[in-house]
Amino acid sequence: MSPDFLYAVEVLLNGLMAGVMYSLVALGFVLIFKASGVFNYAQGVMALFAALTLVGIMNGQVPFSHLINAVFGTSVHEFGWHVPALGAIALTAVVMVIFAFLVEKLILKYLIGQEPIILFMATIGLAYFMEGFGDLMWGADIKALDVGLPKGGSIWIEENTAWLAAEGSRFFGFFIDKLDVSATLVAVVLVIALTLFSQYTATGRALRAVADDHQAALSVGISLRAIWVITWSIAGFVALVAGIMWGSKSGVQFSLAFIALKALPVLMLGGFTSIPGAIVGGLIIGMGEKLFEFFVGPLIGGATENWFAYVLALIFLVFRPQGLFGERIIERV
Amino acid sequence: MYYREAGDFKTSYRADQQNFPIRFDRIHFWVMMALAFGVVPFFINDYWANAVFVPFLIFAIATLGLNLLTGYCGQVSLGSAGFMAVGAYASYKLMTSFPELNFFVVILLSGGITALVGTAFGLPSLRIKGFYLAVATLAAQFFLVWLFNKVPWFYNNSASGQISVPRREMFGIPITGPETAASTKYLVCLVIVFVLGFVARNLTRGRIGRSWMAIRDMDFAAEIIGVDPLRAKLSAFAISSFYIGIAGALFFSVYLGAVEVGEAFGINNSFLILFMVIIGGLGSIYGSFAGAAFLILMPVLLKNVLVGGLGWPSDLAAHLEFMIMGALIIIFLIVEPHGLARLWAVTKQKLRLWPFPY
Amino acid sequence: MKSLKIAALAVGAVALAAPAFADLVFPSLSYRTGPYAAGGIPYADGYQDYMTLINERDGGLGGEKLKVVECETGYNTQKGVECYEGTKGQGALLYQPLSTGITYQLIPKSQADEIPILTMGYGRTSAANGAVFKYVFNFPANYWAGASGIVNHLLDINGGDISGKSLALVYHNSAYGKEPIRTLEELSKKHGFSVTLLPVDHPGQEQKSQWLQIRRERPDYVLMWGWGVMNSVAIQEAANINFPMENFIGIWWSGSENDVRPAGAAATGYKAATFHNVGKDYPIFDDLQKYVFDKGMTAGAGDQIGTAIYNRGLYAAMMAVEGARKAQELAGHAAITPQEMRDGLENLEISEELMNNLGMPNFGPSFKVSCSNHGGSGDVGIQQWDAAAGTWSLISDFAPVDMEVIQPLIEEDSAAYAAEAGVEVRSCN
Repeated sequence: MSPDFLYAVEVLLNGLMAGVMYSLVALGFVLIFKASGVFNYAQGVMALFAALTLVGIMNGQVPFSHLINAVFGTSVHEFGWHVPALGAIALTAVVMVIFAFLVEKLILKYLIGQEPIILFMATIGLAYFMEGFGDLMWGADIKALDVGLPKGGSIWIEENTAWLAAEGSRFFGFFIDKLDVSATLVAVVLVIALTLFSQYTATGRALRAVADDHQAALSVGISLRAIWVITWSIAGFVALVAGIMWGSKSGVQFSLAFIALKALPVLMLGGFTSIPGAIVGGLIIGMGEKLFEFFVGPLIGGATENWFAYVLALIFLVFRPQGLFGERIIERV
Repeated sequence: MYYREAGDFKTSYRADQQNFPIRFDRIHFWVMMALAFGVVPFFINDYWANAVFVPFLIFAIATLGLNLLTGYCGQVSLGSAGFMAVGAYASYKLMTSFPELNFFVVILLSGGITALVGTAFGLPSLRIKGFYLAVATLAAQFFLVWLFNKVPWFYNNSASGQISVPRREMFGIPITGPETAASTKYLVCLVIVFVLGFVARNLTRGRIGRSWMAIRDMDFAAEIIGVDPLRAKLSAFAISSFYIGIAGALFFSVYLGAVEVGEAFGINNSFLILFMVIIGGLGSIYGSFAGAAFLILMPVLLKNVLVGGLGWPSDLAAHLEFMIMGALIIIFLIVEPHGLARLWAVTKQKLRLWPFPY
Repeated sequence: MKSLKIAALAVGAVALAAPAFADLVFPSLSYRTGPYAAGGIPYADGYQDYMTLINERDGGLGGEKLKVVECETGYNTQKGVECYEGTKGQGALLYQPLSTGITYQLIPKSQADEIPILTMGYGRTSAANGAVFKYVFNFPANYWAGASGIVNHLLDINGGDISGKSLALVYHNSAYGKEPIRTLEELSKKHGFSVTLLPVDHPGQEQKSQWLQIRRERPDYVLMWGWGVMNSVAIQEAANINFPMENFIGIWWSGSENDVRPAGAAATGYKAATFHNVGKDYPIFDDLQKYVFDKGMTAGAGDQIGTAIYNRGLYAAMMAVEGARKAQELAGHAAITPQEMRDGLENLEISEELMNNLGMPNFGPSFKVSCSNHGGSGDVGIQQWDAAAGTWSLISDFAPVDMEVIQPLIEEDSAAYAAEAGVEVRSCN
């Protein structure tokens, strides 16, 4: 096979896996949008906050140390212990549940029945708050995150695919990042778990009932507010997973909040209400933007990925205004 | 006591149709204008102009523009900063290519160019609605920023990739460039804001504004009663972009003086303008000003209180600033989802009856 | 009226922050928040710690206390303007904006307000031409010197011949990232190497395409002009494709501990250009320990001491203080004005002897500023990361760069600026 073709395949594979990383973020959006109709802009910041908390717990950092030191003139920074990764993940999950509870208690409760744009704005307010809060709690410096996931290109795949091209051509085997592979596995497990949860547990069915029709769900005795806490907790957990994956890649720092911007075109394409849509959308966006950068990028100067993802989603939308898997928007006249 | 319409009779259609039907409002408005035009310019200094008044006025224009689109026509856009960039680069190219051109003409033309671009990016709105459209407008945001960064023609091939405003004068007084006096900057912006505010107010109560509102409230129904959605939506995009383009041109030429597209017209500003619209009140001219004032003044105020007043370390103050801003936005939405404009309207309602509640 | 009330409150707040004029005021436009906080924190810490040291150890400068007014910009141009206007009235002597965007804002203003600005290793490169930029200084090195310094290093390790070699430049797709392109193109003509350009869009969390391309094309060397999260992702990706780290060289803004740590051991061998020395093995750190840290007067959390960017902040403060010292000497009085500060900077001479006296031997290149040359010597060194030890080490000392190539570029760009902005070029003889 010609090297050029193999390069394209390599770009495509990597695009698919980058897409999985986008999907991880998009999943959280979809969960919340389905259950409560809230377009949760704070999802990216939640991922940042979860990752910060995870690193903080693992390293035994004292939360709010800077504030405490500034107010009381002390100099405390660390507890001096290290929590193993799994324990820290469990603790962080607990923190995210508390967070979900607080969001419901302090914000959503008061905004039931408001217009979608108002709810959207409220989550932007929440995002602002969390940006400041996360930094205040754990500090704004960059933190390395290592929960023991393998990193780096897989030599095995490289060696076992190098024969695909003729001897002497400039092809070195496929490059597959081990972290991407683990992210893909995690995403698969996550989606299966979410599906099982929503299909086979009572809570899961209640979630789906709420997603279908708030009023009908209320009338059969499902507590809307409890369901919202559960949804936000699950979204918080998804944010934690996304935070771990992205944080392992780049270190945990403020820019993690921007991954929300990579998830938006995925959402548009897949539809705001569909979990499979988030996955398929992610794959299409990841693949599309990487292939565009590969084929067209060099001709027009590169760095096209940011806007091309949106343009791609836009093109799809023109043909299907509710996204690939979104619910058809039915309007009463 | 003062604020009431009793005895304020209208004897002609003209009087009945005026912008401020209540005399107290009218007086109030003209007093404010007199203060803004006649008093503030004499007391303004560099700090007040550059940190508070000029950004407030410029963002008020952008907020007006977005409010026409989002508040009156119901089309949510997150591409405002991208359109501001169009205005800024248009004004830069016009000013450097035609040095003789009057500054106000440049500003108007920049708005016009932005209107064209905005209309083009408004085309998907004919098919896409709601959040899908909001996210779709981000395509404009990212693409425009990328374009201005990528094509050297836009920044006259300068090695730095930044654009700097050339010095322009009017009646011998510099109005752009570093020598511009604080009061000049303020007055230039104020005049433009005044005119644009007046136009916006009258647009929204005329035929075109009513067609926008019909589309916003129910597009099918609007179509049935004879509103052409294509014209209504695209005209909303065009006029909104015109305003935002003017805001961008002023932002560059009068306020900052030198910009780099990714930094000055990043997505943060798009969100900021949308915030202003919603905090101020969707579909309200007064709200546009109130929202812009709130979001420009609040951070400056918080910073001065926390760092200057209480002497806190600047980073703690900055974190707290974020938290307070976020909390305030949420509290506002909980207390009054319809924004400052509604709060003001409620206050006025109470004032009418005051001091007798019935 | 609500807005009136807010305005009244704001007036009160500003009045509260009324300045005391007696001290030598050095505003520090820092960013301890936002996407670039990791780089802004150590810099601001270093800057302030040095000033504290001068106050505590020497009782100030010529009897005048130094006062650092910190103002948070969040790397945001609008906030930068607010900071500038807010601190200007407090008698600011010198601005070090620490952001290219804010620098471009301030360049025209510096002329109008007659307050000097110093941009060490960032900002507008052609400001090195003092004849055009009277109030702007960018010693000791700029981006073009950085590019040339890196190429010189490559010449060194290749025995003086890099013709036929291929270079790839991974850069932040912004004005900052595009800075070295012109210089590299000129140098490639001179030395016969080729350059591939790989832009990365802000913020740069996803760089798979760029690094797959590098993996395909196997350039001999990769250069990086990155900032923020882009750096750590790039180094991680380079490690992922097993790119030899010693052939991967960043500019100084891509050369901090924050950038290499997330990649762990794989980052060993990564190089970066620098214009100041690394580590804390200098007498001045003993003084800092004694007069600042032990007294609990550290500016930040105290965990950044001796990191690359902390040292840069320290170095920047040292320049400011030496400039002020010179200014006091020339003016003959201690309470200098911004104009006198400018004269001081223009006559600044950083010699080895001076650095020895300051307890910072060989901390940076020695150079002399003059009326026509506001850029210093442009000497650039190379530092290398050792992940096991967790330290940078200077592997190539500060060496002159190819001014033959850079000077015409500076002349050309500053002339263009002078024409565009209508600046009168002063004569420097």
